[in-house]
Amino acid sequence: MAQLTFREAIARGIAQEMRLDESIVFLGEDIGAAGGVFKGTVGLLEEFGGVRVRDTPISEQAILGAAMGAAMTGLRPIAEIMFADFFAVCWDIVVNEIAKSRYMTNGQMTFPLVIRSGNGGGLRFGAQHSQSVENWAMMVPGLKVVVPSNALDVIGLMAASIRDNDPVIFLEEKALYSSKMDVPDGEIVDKLGSAKVLRQGGDATLVALGNMVPKALAAADELASSGIDCTVVDVRSLVPLDTATILREVAATGRMFTIEENPRLCGWGGEISSIVSEEAFYDLDGPIVRITTPHIPLPAADALEDMAIPSVERIATTVSKSMNS
Amino acid sequence: MTSTKTAPTTIDLTAKLDLYRCQVALRKFEQRAYDLFLENFVKGTSHLSIGQEAIAAGFAAAMKKTDWTFATYRGHAHTLARGVPMTPVLAELLGRTNGLMAGKGGSMHLTSVEHGVMGSYAIIGAHLPIACGAAWSAQYRGTDQVAVCFFGDGSVNIGAFHEALNFAAIWKLPVVFVCENNLWMEYTRTSEVTAVANPAADRAAAYGLESIIVDGNDADAVFAVASTAIARARAGEGPSLIEATTYRHGGHSRADPGKYRPEAEVAEWLAKDPIPRYRARLLEEGASEEQLTTIETEVAAEVEVATEEAKAGGIPGEDLLMKDVWADGGSSWRN
Repeated sequence: MAQLTFREAIARGIAQEMRLDESIVFLGEDIGAAGGVFKGTVGLLEEFGGVRVRDTPISEQAILGAAMGAAMTGLRPIAEIMFADFFAVCWDIVVNEIAKSRYMTNGQMTFPLVIRSGNGGGLRFGAQHSQSVENWAMMVPGLKVVVPSNALDVIGLMAASIRDNDPVIFLEEKALYSSKMDVPDGEIVDKLGSAKVLRQGGDATLVALGNMVPKALAAADELASSGIDCTVVDVRSLVPLDTATILREVAATGRMFTIEENPRLCGWGGEISSIVSEEAFYDLDGPIVRITTPHIPLPAADALEDMAIPSVERIATTVSKSMNS
Repeated sequence: MTSTKTAPTTIDLTAKLDLYRCQVALRKFEQRAYDLFLENFVKGTSHLSIGQEAIAAGFAAAMKKTDWTFATYRGHAHTLARGVPMTPVLAELLGRTNGLMAGKGGSMHLTSVEHGVMGSYAIIGAHLPIACGAAWSAQYRGTDQVAVCFFGDGSVNIGAFHEALNFAAIWKLPVVFVCENNLWMEYTRTSEVTAVANPAADRAAAYGLESIIVDGNDADAVFAVASTAIARARAGEGPSLIEATTYRHGGHSRADPGKYRPEAEVAEWLAKDPIPRYRARLLEEGASEEQLTTIETEVAAEVEVATEEAKAGGIPGEDLLMKDVWADGGSSWRN
């Protein structure tokens, strides 16, 4: 058992898998000698060398095109897109090429690759370095979408993503990079498409993802002191989506709140709400409520960004008001 | 070119007869594909490379079976030239179950991994970085495979072209980039919207590469330049960028009769049609009229058979619709 930060967990998860499989290669901007701009890849160049861990130019299309071409010819590449916002400059490769080529070729090709990226706000970086893009990826057939909320899950879900034979968008919440937890020694391999129930309560179910998970847990603590007992579900992967766990936990309390960092329209909570209302309508005791960032670009000023992204206080207040109305 | 490894850049008459057969096959196949559009057997769109066959044929002849082709939406010729049989290609155009991808890709996405045809890509420029990835894979695994990536003159002004060229150069990747310069993008003359006169060749220096222009309507010249560039890539000396000058006899796509092009220009290029030109050369070099006629007759018969087989193919059903989104063969996104 060792205490590990979220950022250290990234390197540990990648290293664990690279030791096992020579076909795993890793490329991106500043990932090698610099150890990543968020220091998530420290030590990988030293351990695996410059042939397997390669720094690239600032060429996101080249990075992801290279990953795709390598995957279709037998390697298992991991590519880094430094900030998730930068997916916008290489989205063609992700959406038109990587996501569709297996289907278009009637299964002639497979794409065992992972695209890691720093996602989300909270660091006062402004509108072009703070977006939560999980909903961009979720809407594209052919992509798996993983968003861990803690260091242990980072390792296990990274391993599962690397071992998966499909393209995985692995979003690392920037606001969580310095969070810490105790992590057991030895190999850790988790499973995609498995949500986790982190807290069990009888009154309401909070369904959260990534950086919203610790906030939902903190809000649940606050709500408990005012007599509202919440279940907290960590969704962990949007595709594949563990609807069974969500439906079960919503049915148990009769109320669902989604806690989403993405902007309101077409956020992942909308899809989950739709599934719950189609399949668990008669288990609901009240409206489904979505707590999201408003439909605005994220502002830079700390005061404004804090207002925009769902906070512990906003979650607690919204749940409390809705439960008491 | 400074290659230390050299490859034969000329071929004997037997090989030339094969090169002729290949070009004739590409031509007759696409003429049939066009007829089948007019008869409404082929839906959607399609982009023919009639007039440009010497490039596909010349490169394919210079490639090893294990090398990779990356093509564009104008990819029928490149696919067939690598040895993919006519029937599955035509059936793919017809949307039938015996199509190369059972109808799921269509004319613009022809792929046959077993023949090294690693996809036809319909977003301009997108496949240049992907070809780099395959080349990187060959380099990493220590195989001698080379990726050959074909694209049109319109691709030289999109970002992916420049990202890929720089990337291939800095990593010395075994990739050959081939710009098929047919002078026209879709409806616009490339020279009107391009800062340099030779859209690909004049950009080569920016990536430390030699400027190479070849007559793309001369299969022997294409074969020679292809052999040299592929040998260089195989020897670990890095990428090449080749501009092959050519002309498409028809419009950009099925929807385009190509009327925007001056008649004199079209006439000039029809006179430079690679196939009659190659035929005349073969006769000069000792082939008999009978040998050439036999090839033409055999190819015509092959096209007839492919047409009948493609038309007889099944209509794809729901089993195919939901298949192969994921590596497990399915499309499930939830439990």
